[in-house]
Amino acid sequence: MQVEVKILRYDPERDAKPHWESYRVEADPKGDRVLDLLHRVKYEQDGTLTFRRSCAHGVCGSDAMLINGRNRLACTMRVEQLGRRITIAPLPGLPVVKDLVVDMDDFFAKYRSVQPYLANDAPPPERERLQSQEDRARYDDTTKCILCAACTSSCPSFWAQPGYVGPAAIVNAHRFIFDSRDEGAEERLEILADKDGVWRCRTIFNCTDACPRGIHITQAILEVSAAIVDRQG
Amino acid sequence: MTIDHDALIVGSGGAGLWAALELAKAGVDAAVITKMYPTRSHTGAAQGGVCAALGNQEEDHWEWHMFDTVKGGDYLVDQDAAEILAREAIETVIELEHMGLPFNRTPDGRIDQRRFGGHTRNFGEGPVRRACFAADRTGHMILQTLYQQCIKLGVRFYDEYHVVDLLFEGGEANEGGRAAGVVAYRIADGELHTFRARSVLLATGGFGRMFRITSNAWSLTGDGCALAYRHGVPLEDMEFYQFHPTGIVGIGILLSEAARGEGGYLLNDAGRRFMEDYAPTLMELAPRDMVSRAIYQEVRAGRGIGGKDYVFLDLRHLGREVIEEKLPDITDFARIFEGVEPLKEPVPIQPTAHYAMGGIPTDVHARVTRDAGNAVVPGLYAAGETACVSVHGANRLGTNSLVDLLVFGRRAGRQMVADIGGLDRPVIAVDAAEPVRLEIEALRSRTKGETAHRIRTDLATVMMDNVGVYRDDDLLTSALRTVRDLRARYRRVAVQDTGRTYNTDLLEARELGYLLDCAETTVVAALARKESRGAHSREDYPERDDANFLTHSLAHWTADGPTLSYKPVTITRFEPKPRTY
Repeated sequence: MQVEVKILRYDPERDAKPHWESYRVEADPKGDRVLDLLHRVKYEQDGTLTFRRSCAHGVCGSDAMLINGRNRLACTMRVEQLGRRITIAPLPGLPVVKDLVVDMDDFFAKYRSVQPYLANDAPPPERERLQSQEDRARYDDTTKCILCAACTSSCPSFWAQPGYVGPAAIVNAHRFIFDSRDEGAEERLEILADKDGVWRCRTIFNCTDACPRGIHITQAILEVSAAIVDRQG
Repeated sequence: MTIDHDALIVGSGGAGLWAALELAKAGVDAAVITKMYPTRSHTGAAQGGVCAALGNQEEDHWEWHMFDTVKGGDYLVDQDAAEILAREAIETVIELEHMGLPFNRTPDGRIDQRRFGGHTRNFGEGPVRRACFAADRTGHMILQTLYQQCIKLGVRFYDEYHVVDLLFEGGEANEGGRAAGVVAYRIADGELHTFRARSVLLATGGFGRMFRITSNAWSLTGDGCALAYRHGVPLEDMEFYQFHPTGIVGIGILLSEAARGEGGYLLNDAGRRFMEDYAPTLMELAPRDMVSRAIYQEVRAGRGIGGKDYVFLDLRHLGREVIEEKLPDITDFARIFEGVEPLKEPVPIQPTAHYAMGGIPTDVHARVTRDAGNAVVPGLYAAGETACVSVHGANRLGTNSLVDLLVFGRRAGRQMVADIGGLDRPVIAVDAAEPVRLEIEALRSRTKGETAHRIRTDLATVMMDNVGVYRDDDLLTSALRTVRDLRARYRRVAVQDTGRTYNTDLLEARELGYLLDCAETTVVAALARKESRGAHSREDYPERDDANFLTHSLAHWTADGPTLSYKPVTITRFEPKPRTY
């Protein structure tokens, strides 16, 4: 079938501001995903169309974008879920570099700010540290994050307060705070108790809806908030 | 502008990141240059597991792992390297756990292990539980864990810098020159940056994008291999390219071998487990080259599903719990990309281009070598899929790619630390970036002609059709002619985007040049190897020929195309034997 793809275009070398362009593309609704349509536009109609993508199956996190009003990965969104008119824009709330490419430096700086690594200075045993299956399951959900920024850039609190560390960084802090092998929770909770930390979350659930990995993000944020309260109590 | 570092790492997958950790721990001034953000690297797409003879589930020994690796590689494996791989797999997996990797656990809290293709107990008696795993996103967790540790140690990253040339001092690599740095194109603004360094590690991954149906990411275009080749480093064993048996039909996305490790069946149109006819002992857990050939044979005999070119992977009997806890991602892939519910229906699969056994020749210290005598190129290192140590020989076993990049990424970093004192700061010309600047400007200004996409599509088609699971002289001769035509067309390739800001049109055209080098060396080496061994199956030479071909090929760059030489295989413990399972 024919699909109309509207893409928000912006080339800083030529355009004063972003503008919409429309493309008609032949699509197989069952097999095609939005990334296939973007490729068809780029390779058959306009080679200047610019977007990131790499693995093309939802695990590398390169191609998150705003598709029909929701943050989604282009490579896993099937055309049949979207209909004959598809609008595509860059992730909201992040500076646009060109077309669908946004500047991710601030996003990754916030990720780094929560100390996203195992903190445990005790000399390790000769073999693996033991961890029960229950303890392993405690943080399983937040290990799935692929840092695509779909959650953070869907968050109205982040749009209003760009200093907010954002859901993705909190998810990655959660992954360590609730890992029984980790001893860095105190410091991380201190960081997240800051005014730009977890308290900016208004439990709007946009992040949870946006997550292509199905992570229960709002719940993770609430668990981190509860841990901060526990610690202060 | 020129930027100085003591050590440069090109590529941010598992091999590059582990090397960076070793350099950072030793206080060496090192930087990682990557054309993406590090967490996008394709190590993150690895699913099923990483083998190490921990023996957590049943008796296991590194000697068994080594033997399986050698036999799996159809005896083309360098056995000194395979011994290191199997021994050091154990300590690297333990070290990853110490770094925080969330492995699945046994009931008593140790690292859980499962079966994988070609990994056996007691030298081939039957499958063994050797693959350590984190659900079916083991590679994701390896990449994340290594990147997290790099953040902890403050490793310097140049994200979205695309390396477009290598610099040497004192001649090219084959003339006795040494590595002196790289030239990188900053994707955000199109600026070229000259990086000068005392040592350089190439860890840029593979080049699966030269095939039409592939599990590989768009980024896997053989950059490191092609750049080294153009500067006088030969490419080793390029004729050995692995086709993974279970890709999603038509698009090649991988469904992990872990699906069979957990007990999944392969079924033909008659509903029969056809692997009985090909590998009665290991069945579905035979090595990948054999399973891929078996699928092709079934399809040829008209026993593909509905007479078509695919078969079924059946997981239904595993039950909801195993599928959802141990194989959650790949069952989602089946749902998203095929609209199939693996709990209720069998999943259509066909072989997909997956992994390069060949690449840049190195010794067991990850130092790049340039001839049959293994002369070292000073200051130049390679690790991971980019490199050919060779631990995979003619066919890699499942999980051994992760083992390879962990063990030899770590070794590369340690060797670079050990060598750095003996490598002074190289002298490079002030206009060192000029040759590649001219190439890129010529490309940027050529707006009339064919697009890179058209040429790449033709390349991927001929490689898939003629240089795939089965090959013969006619197919390969015709492929070589086509690849050379494509080279001629590539000299006139044009871009539509002439801008400097985030110009992916330009970079894809540049990457196509790398793919053409990888493809041409693959076809030339495949034509010359008149035998069948591992993943290289010649229908006109169906037998393995140890008398003439128990040897590694080396493809050397010349202006008229690649020329070949050969170097001996290192055999220590296991003499070549017929390979049955």
